[in-house]
Amino acid sequence: MAVRQADPPPPESFLPLPVATFHILMAVADEDRHGYAIIQDVEGRTGGDLRLSAGTLYRTIQRLLEQGLITETNERPAPELDDERRRYYRITALGSAVARAEATRLAKLVRLARISGFAPEKA
Amino acid sequence: MRFYQALLLLYPKSFRAEYGEEMCAVYGRRGASRVSAVLEVLRNAPAAHADILRQDLRQARRSLARTPGFAIAAILVLALAIGANTAVFSVTDYALIRPLPFPHSDRLVHMWENLPGYSRMELSPVNYRDWKRMTNSYERMAAMVDMSANLIGQGNPERIDAESVTGDFFSVLGVTPVIGRSIAPADARNDAPLTAVLSYSLYENLFGGDPAVLGRKISLDGSPYVVIGVMPPDFRYPDRDAELWRPLQLPPDAFEDRNDNYLRVVARLRPGMSLEQARAEMDVVTGQLRRQYPRELRQHGASINLMRDEISSRTRLLLVALDGAALCVILIACTNLAGLLLARALARRRELAVRTALGAGRERIVRQLVTESLVLALLGGVAGVLVAAAALPLLTRLMPTLPVSGPPSMDLRVLGFAAVLTAFTGFAFGAIPAARVCRRADLSDLGDRSHAVTRQTAGLRSALILGEVTLSLVLVISAGLLLRALARIQSADPGFRTEGVLTLETPLPMPKYKTLAKRDAFYRQVLSDVQALPGVSAAGYISFMPMTMTGGIWPVDIDGKTLDRSAGHSASLRFITPGFFSALQIPLHTGRNLAESDNTNTQAVAVVSESFARRYWPGQNALGHHFRFGLRDRTIVGVVGDIRVRGLEGPSEPQVYLPYVQQRDDELIFYAPQDLAIRASGNAAALLPAIRRIVHRAEPEEPISHVRMLADIVQTQTAARTVQVRILGAFAVLALLLAGVGIHGLLSFTVSNRAGELAVRIALGAQRRDILRLVLVQSLALSCAAIVLGVVLAWGAAHAMQALLAGVSPADSATFLIAVSLCFAMALAGSLIPALRALRVDPLTALRA
Repeated sequence: MAVRQADPPPPESFLPLPVATFHILMAVADEDRHGYAIIQDVEGRTGGDLRLSAGTLYRTIQRLLEQGLITETNERPAPELDDERRRYYRITALGSAVARAEATRLAKLVRLARISGFAPEKA
Repeated sequence: MRFYQALLLLYPKSFRAEYGEEMCAVYGRRGASRVSAVLEVLRNAPAAHADILRQDLRQARRSLARTPGFAIAAILVLALAIGANTAVFSVTDYALIRPLPFPHSDRLVHMWENLPGYSRMELSPVNYRDWKRMTNSYERMAAMVDMSANLIGQGNPERIDAESVTGDFFSVLGVTPVIGRSIAPADARNDAPLTAVLSYSLYENLFGGDPAVLGRKISLDGSPYVVIGVMPPDFRYPDRDAELWRPLQLPPDAFEDRNDNYLRVVARLRPGMSLEQARAEMDVVTGQLRRQYPRELRQHGASINLMRDEISSRTRLLLVALDGAALCVILIACTNLAGLLLARALARRRELAVRTALGAGRERIVRQLVTESLVLALLGGVAGVLVAAAALPLLTRLMPTLPVSGPPSMDLRVLGFAAVLTAFTGFAFGAIPAARVCRRADLSDLGDRSHAVTRQTAGLRSALILGEVTLSLVLVISAGLLLRALARIQSADPGFRTEGVLTLETPLPMPKYKTLAKRDAFYRQVLSDVQALPGVSAAGYISFMPMTMTGGIWPVDIDGKTLDRSAGHSASLRFITPGFFSALQIPLHTGRNLAESDNTNTQAVAVVSESFARRYWPGQNALGHHFRFGLRDRTIVGVVGDIRVRGLEGPSEPQVYLPYVQQRDDELIFYAPQDLAIRASGNAAALLPAIRRIVHRAEPEEPISHVRMLADIVQTQTAARTVQVRILGAFAVLALLLAGVGIHGLLSFTVSNRAGELAVRIALGAQRRDILRLVLVQSLALSCAAIVLGVVLAWGAAHAMQALLAGVSPADSATFLIAVSLCFAMALAGSLIPALRALRVDPLTALRA
């Protein structure tokens, strides 16, 4: 039974993204990761500032799956590194587009803040 | 870890099944503290539920929008059912459930004297004094008399409902004024200055809410009263119309006659004292009084009722009958929707099976189906509240006046009830389909339809529809019986002709009109002027217009026989002017009318009704006979037709009419004629301005009140019944329609499921007749079973409400026959379209499918 795919909604319609959501998208942007790896990646990336709880993580993952921003992959790593209970997630094209749109939105915001004199240290 | 697993139970089951294991693993590796784990779960679990709810709501909206006809029909049915129940509940709650607005109102009782035939009679002052002295069950006891008063000097003269009350009155009720003080025992002494306590609305009308009202004077019946207090806005006792309370000053001679009953008594039981104890004590007291005064109190007894229970048993029955009907309607609505949703769920079984295959658990599917039915119920509930609000004014007409401020309204209690009912309804009609689908939502539905399951489901639906038809038949029969009762009552002959008769009250300002000469002059002037108006053919005064006042009943004493006050020996006493009989067209059978020439110097005479003459002089001419009545010996000079003084239902006492010109100064002053009846051709109401001018000319301080057509007074008798029959009738029609829709749905379902079988039969040469029979047999079998059940139930219901049937038999065969035929007709109508569809089954198409 062929299900006709509806056109995906424009990336802007997902904005602004909740912080945890954006971080999870970043965590699965470069490689497929399982849940705990995502938590570790986010924690490492933010220098320990953001520690996702299991509830927040999986609730967000569930929503991202429903919205089609990430997908579960069937490709598994080498068996010696794998735990078969784990599921791995990968960003979709739509997910990348949304993350890019969010980054653009934040960049604009920072530019405006700078004009107003709220100049952060240049990274 | 077990701790965390237990916490996970707070998440939706589907979420737990999906991620529980991984979450436990994460928790194990992270090693977070128990406190933070609890906080985390408390934050995320409700959010996860909300996520699912949002998703289900979206899904529900989509699926309902796909079938807008179904959605609208379902919401409409629910709105009517929930609306009906909410409206009926609000009235029931107001009348029967919620406590009266007095502190510890469960200890308040009304006390009455009783006699054979009269369960609730006012007390005579002397009996009241003795009861108060001889009993010990009551914290306090107070008496009141309804004595309306003419309020003069504040614009037009106005008639207001005033109560004269004893000094304990307000403390019995436990209510204090918002301004000033209430009436104290000292105010009721005969030498005390005249004082008055105002209702809040009268205070606002007269004094515009001026706080400096205390000490101001108002004129009641020509005497000045000092305002000593104002009651709170929600204080309305003894009824909604009470506007003013003044001390009841009883002169010493009021305590002479033990049979001069006019005090209404309210009392507060001591804490811990039960009604039964109080009644037992009162039995002892009345026994003592009977022995002490054997002549006056031969059959003396007492009735003590909780104030709450004083609503007549008839009103209670009326409301309970409506509650039962409303319950039937919502049950029928629920079964109907359950049936429709079941069919819908089965039609969607492929979709549901696909979702199951894609990993949606049973719980998710049930949840989604229940959400869908709750959405329907919620929309129906909101519309239902609007329906109830619209229906409430009509229902309020069922109600007797209660000592509660204002009529029943849609308050929080009622809205709460509607909310609970809505939720309950949503679950009730959502649960069966959900449970059924859940049992069988498996992969088998991806393949072919399974006939066994379809048959099972059809069985369940048949049972639901059996229930619907049964209940609707019960409703139709009940409504039919009540309709017949109403028709019977409405066709009862009141004994007088109402067409073109205008009635009004001209209450005479009392100290001023205590003398006969003064009243005589007033009546003569008013009546002669009114009779001179164009179109007026007759006009007459009477003490109380028929059906507006059920009291004024006196014992009859023939040939000095012992006074017996039971219903079998009482008659209604009315003073009239000679024109009264022709104004109401009450026929004179023998003898003569009362005349102006009967006066205080001639023999005391009376005109009696036929039943009176028959009771005491059966088979004889009553003219010329004597009897003692209303303090005097009277001679019968005429016999007129009977009228129903007490209303169209139930018996009325025989009537005795006395000439107003023989009512001496100060004698039976309560009975001084003040109700005027005017018979006119054409529009009698158009005469009102002229009548007002005539009355004003005769007595400028005279208000005019209670202007009504006589026909309206008679119609008021059946107003509550008419409302009840209309509502029940509407319920019954709704129920019948729903049952018809139910049968239609069931048969359509069967026909579409058996299309294959029908096709084979047609292909093998079955006649149209056979096919038709095949379909109709099912509907007829169902209807017959339902009719047997329904007739039995309706027979029981009719017996339970026999008191409402006004003599119509609870097994009235005509009503039962008509109702059963209606039911059959409805079943047939419901079967028609599916039957035609079965006939049109094309064997080729059906077999190929």
